[in-house]
Amino acid sequence: MTENESEPAGPAGEPRRSFLTSVGAAAVGALAALAPVAAGVAALLDPLRRSSSTEGLVRVTRLSAIPEDGSPKKFTVTADRTDAWATYANTPVGAVYLRRTDAGILALNTVCPHAGCFVGIAPDASRFACPCHKSSFDLDGVVNDPASPSPRDMDSLQVEVRNGDEVWVRFQHFLPGREEKTPV
Amino acid sequence: MRTLLDWLDDRTGYRALLSDALYERIPGGARWRYVWGSTLSFAFFVQLVTGVVLWAAYSANAQGAWESVWFIQNEMLGGWLLRGIHHFMAQAMIVLLVLHLMQVMIDGAYRAPREVNFWFGLALLGLVLGLSLTGYLLPWDQKGFWATKVATSIASMTPIVGPAMQQLLVGGSEYGHLTLTRFFALHAGVLPAGVIALVVAHVYLFRRHGVTVPEKHAEKPDGMFWPDQVLMDAVASLAVMAAVLGLAIWTGGAHLGAPADPAEPYAAARPEWYFLFLFQWLKYFPAGWEVVGAQVIPGMIVGLIAAMPIIGRWRLGHRFNLGVGAAILAGIVMLTWLARAEDAADPDFVTAKAEADAAAERADELASSPMGIPAAGGLAMLRADPLTQGPKIFAASCSSCHRFEGHDGLGGVPTDPPSASDLAGYGSREWLRGLLDADRVTTDEYFGGTEHVRGRMARFVTRGLPQLTDAEREDLAKVILAVSAEAELPAQAGVDADDAETIEEGRELIASEAIDCVRCHTFRGFEGEDDVPVLTGWGSREWMLGMLHDPTQPRYYGENNDRMPSFGVEETLTRQEMELVVDWLRRDWYSRQPSM
Repeated sequence: MTENESEPAGPAGEPRRSFLTSVGAAAVGALAALAPVAAGVAALLDPLRRSSSTEGLVRVTRLSAIPEDGSPKKFTVTADRTDAWATYANTPVGAVYLRRTDAGILALNTVCPHAGCFVGIAPDASRFACPCHKSSFDLDGVVNDPASPSPRDMDSLQVEVRNGDEVWVRFQHFLPGREEKTPV
Repeated sequence: MRTLLDWLDDRTGYRALLSDALYERIPGGARWRYVWGSTLSFAFFVQLVTGVVLWAAYSANAQGAWESVWFIQNEMLGGWLLRGIHHFMAQAMIVLLVLHLMQVMIDGAYRAPREVNFWFGLALLGLVLGLSLTGYLLPWDQKGFWATKVATSIASMTPIVGPAMQQLLVGGSEYGHLTLTRFFALHAGVLPAGVIALVVAHVYLFRRHGVTVPEKHAEKPDGMFWPDQVLMDAVASLAVMAAVLGLAIWTGGAHLGAPADPAEPYAAARPEWYFLFLFQWLKYFPAGWEVVGAQVIPGMIVGLIAAMPIIGRWRLGHRFNLGVGAAILAGIVMLTWLARAEDAADPDFVTAKAEADAAAERADELASSPMGIPAAGGLAMLRADPLTQGPKIFAASCSSCHRFEGHDGLGGVPTDPPSASDLAGYGSREWLRGLLDADRVTTDEYFGGTEHVRGRMARFVTRGLPQLTDAEREDLAKVILAVSAEAELPAQAGVDADDAETIEEGRELIASEAIDCVRCHTFRGFEGEDDVPVLTGWGSREWMLGMLHDPTQPRYYGENNDRMPSFGVEETLTRQEMELVVDWLRRDWYSRQPSM
């Protein structure tokens, strides 16, 4: 082998290795790599610092647009949204189902609490049905089929009626696939 | 030349390297069953080349991804073929990986000393699946968007680190620009680099251990890698390429759906076919068992496969491994088949699929229109399209009273009978002829469900008009042309221009004694009554928008208004929504074929 030729053939056969030099080499090398690695990791972890961009309540519609007969209706939620470097004024950010109940207006997020699909209204309008893994909810958003894979009921959202007939909703998303409602 | 190569060899030693690489002895000779690894290397090489070229035209942001992919697909020379090859070769890689894994299992090629190489192979399978998953999102169409949301939701279910993991993957709490930049960095940077590193290690270890020769072939003479095995590898690679090309050409390349829209339901969300078994699998885990179904059991199965080299040491271990492998494969095939069969038998899914295809086609039609894709992006383009949005707005806000060709705009039929007119063709000559038809005016198509069925107009049509003489009837036909021309429907522009003289006559005949619309209605120079719809500009965009805004104005129904809401005054529809539904009813939208 060519490497052997350049090595001085000492009594021990191999050149002496100093423990301090080994430690020094590793430490200096690590120090040199520290700054770029630290900067890279910091930038990669940045999304953890950011919370949801939609905070507070947003105006969704007027009371008169919600069916009188208590059937649910889908409304697009438009709000100002900042997505990384771009800010969008008044842009569709998602959708809610609104329906009249005896207790007032019920607002349900359209996102399935199981795996994040868009829950639809069954063709006969008797229940909510998720098109992906077949979760089924009644019109109050409560799981109504024991075979439903959804771990919890549809996510209800805080609703306020302001200025007489304006419907405002706190449009929030929650972690999917778990029993408790944890806001994202 | 010879001297130059000698010089190069002296400085680099390339000949020894080349000879090492090519003149490898293959115990028992070259065989077809050794080709899988080489076809996979070939497939990966194709992905690298097509991927880099796609990269040169792709823009990883939420307002550029769908747009740039549309451009590659429809505008760039050969772009559709390039994308098609990349798309189908990705699927071919999955198939080849499974075949390779099966061959290794059957031959027992995972046994000592090849355990580590078996694990490298499994890691490569994981990386390739990761490439598929990340690549599926990059076109940023509805299909990729919703399917990938399920995948990141599953990642978030991981105990403890799940939420943080999801947030890091998605680049925030919601899908957006950073989701694409991150997925793209994984797809085009991290994962391919991992594949290259592992392939180098995999091939190095493979060369170190050599092929696994079954005993019955051990007596045969040795072969050479070059050219014996390389010829077989090349033939197999060509066959793979031919199959991929065939698929790409036959299907017209990879499908591109409508632009991703978080506010728009997508009921046809399904993963790529080789993930369908996992999708189907998830349906069987009731509440509380998601993590078990999505992570624990799949993880245990992968662990079992990884343990095969160790299990294989026992006397019946190899047979056990083969049994496990066959069971897993059978399970995957069955789940995939079940997923397909359930979807095919589900009318809702079939409808959703058809709607998704229609939306995709419409997005393509708009993008290739002379207006092109606006700077705000493909989604903004689709949101401003009357043909896409009109029916949805109509179904949501108009169809509780009105119908459109008998349905709710989207093809559904509400259970309650209509309580207002059918608005299909509103403003057209045809619609007006129906209104002035004594047999039709009191049906559900027109005034049947309304208060107006007892009004003066209905009385005039049912009692007055049947008494017209033939000559008066001809006059009425001209009046219909004149009033319908007020709508200035784009679809009627041609015939309106042709009939300009007749229309001019009709504008005078409207005041003739037998017809006399202007006794009640205002029309151009003729002053009618308040609270009776003005016929000047009847059915025009401006007229209809005003009607939607507030039908209780004196120029519309005023005090005689029957339940028609004031969408504009009450702000139940936005100005843009009203414009979209009006433009849709007036068939005022872009169409590739100019409408007649």
